[in-house]
Amino acid sequence: MQFTSISEREKEIVDNFSLFDDWEGKYEYLIDLGKKLEPLDDKYRKEENIIKGCQSTVWLVADYRDGRIFFKADSDAIIVRGLVSMLIEVLSGQTPEDVLSAKMEFIKEIGMMQHLAQTRSNGLVSMIKQMKNYAIAFHSIHS
Amino acid sequence: MEATVEVTKEFDVHEIRQRFPVLTRIVNKKPLIYFDNAATAQKPDVVIDALDYYYKKYNANIHRGIHALAEEATSAYEATRTAVHKFLNSKFREEIIFTSGTTESINLVAYTWARKNIKKGDEIIVSTMEHHSNIVPWQLVCEEKGARLKVIPVNDRGELDMEAYKSLLSEKTKIVSVAHVSNVLGTINPVKEIVKYAHEAGAITLIDGAQSTVHLNIDVQDIDCDFFAFSAHKVYGPGGVGVLYGKKKILEEMPVFKGGGEMISEVTFEKTTYNELPYKFEAGTPNVGDVIVFKRSLEFLEKTGRKNIHKYEQELLKYATGAFKEIEGLRIIGTAKNKTGVISFLLDKIHPQDIGVLLDQQGIAVRTGHHCAQPLMDRFGIKGTARASFAMYNTREEVDRFVVALRKAKKMLQ
Repeated sequence: MQFTSISEREKEIVDNFSLFDDWEGKYEYLIDLGKKLEPLDDKYRKEENIIKGCQSTVWLVADYRDGRIFFKADSDAIIVRGLVSMLIEVLSGQTPEDVLSAKMEFIKEIGMMQHLAQTRSNGLVSMIKQMKNYAIAFHSIHS
Repeated sequence: MEATVEVTKEFDVHEIRQRFPVLTRIVNKKPLIYFDNAATAQKPDVVIDALDYYYKKYNANIHRGIHALAEEATSAYEATRTAVHKFLNSKFREEIIFTSGTTESINLVAYTWARKNIKKGDEIIVSTMEHHSNIVPWQLVCEEKGARLKVIPVNDRGELDMEAYKSLLSEKTKIVSVAHVSNVLGTINPVKEIVKYAHEAGAITLIDGAQSTVHLNIDVQDIDCDFFAFSAHKVYGPGGVGVLYGKKKILEEMPVFKGGGEMISEVTFEKTTYNELPYKFEAGTPNVGDVIVFKRSLEFLEKTGRKNIHKYEQELLKYATGAFKEIEGLRIIGTAKNKTGVISFLLDKIHPQDIGVLLDQQGIAVRTGHHCAQPLMDRFGIKGTARASFAMYNTREEVDRFVVALRKAKKMLQ
């Protein structure tokens, strides 16, 4: 299995988004990413995996194999699902150290910063935090 | 020809719009459509200018100063109290207490009147359509005192079940606290009737007027409620100012809320005596500037004419309801016979947040989520809604643009 780095993956997302010069294109792409995200198995859709956001529900699970963290996630809102899909694309399969140091600058570059605003309107900020918490946990268990 | 036509210039929305500077904003490259008025209303120029003037010319702490600025600020602050007293048609001026908002007004009653008068086994009645601010303060009282919270059910249209309400009332009922207008459904509740039945059962009443005051003519003596709470910022006024109206006799018998300056008469380490109404409930330095300019928003309302506003908003609601219904798959939550300009809706199986994000991209502000009314969401078996709420400055053209934008969002999300 081949692993590309966080920055390479971020660059790919930024490149994809740069193809669109209007908001419609960007959001249609994001919605499309949301639709393509593999739905989370029902067994993971439980209370303990929910990331508390005010409006949409986000579920996140993590698995640790061969020194790398693998994330799976889902949401009941399609745009958040698209955002979630990008976070997984960037962070899943990386080492705990890399997840922890990821700056997630690409979100700003693709013009989706509003989704990181502290408005309690979605769980994106909490989701990144939770992904990093998993990284801390796996790092401390396995180091 | 034109000279023979009698022009009755009752209400000109385009003239009104010019008084609200924020309405000229461009959001995401589109002219702003502000349909989040139930959350907070925008401010007319007179309110904004008055606040600017206050800080430039006569900012001072009130009541105790003897210098010119303090006197000017004090008399302006008290002038707002008089304006609110007239606005609500309270019997006495000192029945008007300034708070930080509706939430604090309700908490004031819950912490003082309720903690003195509620005992184990007593009952407090609220309704299913309450905002969390009119649920949690009473739950806290119930937990502390061993009292019970009783809830008036809501029918499928989003109206209170008045028969059920009557059957909930008993000699155990001590206070009935209900919304005048639902923030989610727009339902106008029959508060006069609610108060009458409560009084017959020997209970007192609090009306949460956060959503009604901006739309309806309020007469607290006619409603005969014992308390009435509302916030200035929803009435085209400044943030951080609320009002608690209470009947004088009840307020006088109530214990004090917060201790501090202004609310005292005399302080010694042995005993403190308290100031008279309304000051006994206004501890500390209040939000002087905002209270002062609140008067301007009330004047603005009066000048525009509350009847004119009501008529215009009702027509806009009717127009918008018709236009919304044209959209296939749109379901309106809250179809009461008597409503204010609030339309909560769901569109197919689309998450309201997705709708909100795509409307925002088109310059339209709506609110999505549970609207701090989770028990009501549970009643309708939903997690949330998208909510468009109108004010006097919204137009049919905006409704038309909204419908186009919503159709676009729907298409993108399908």
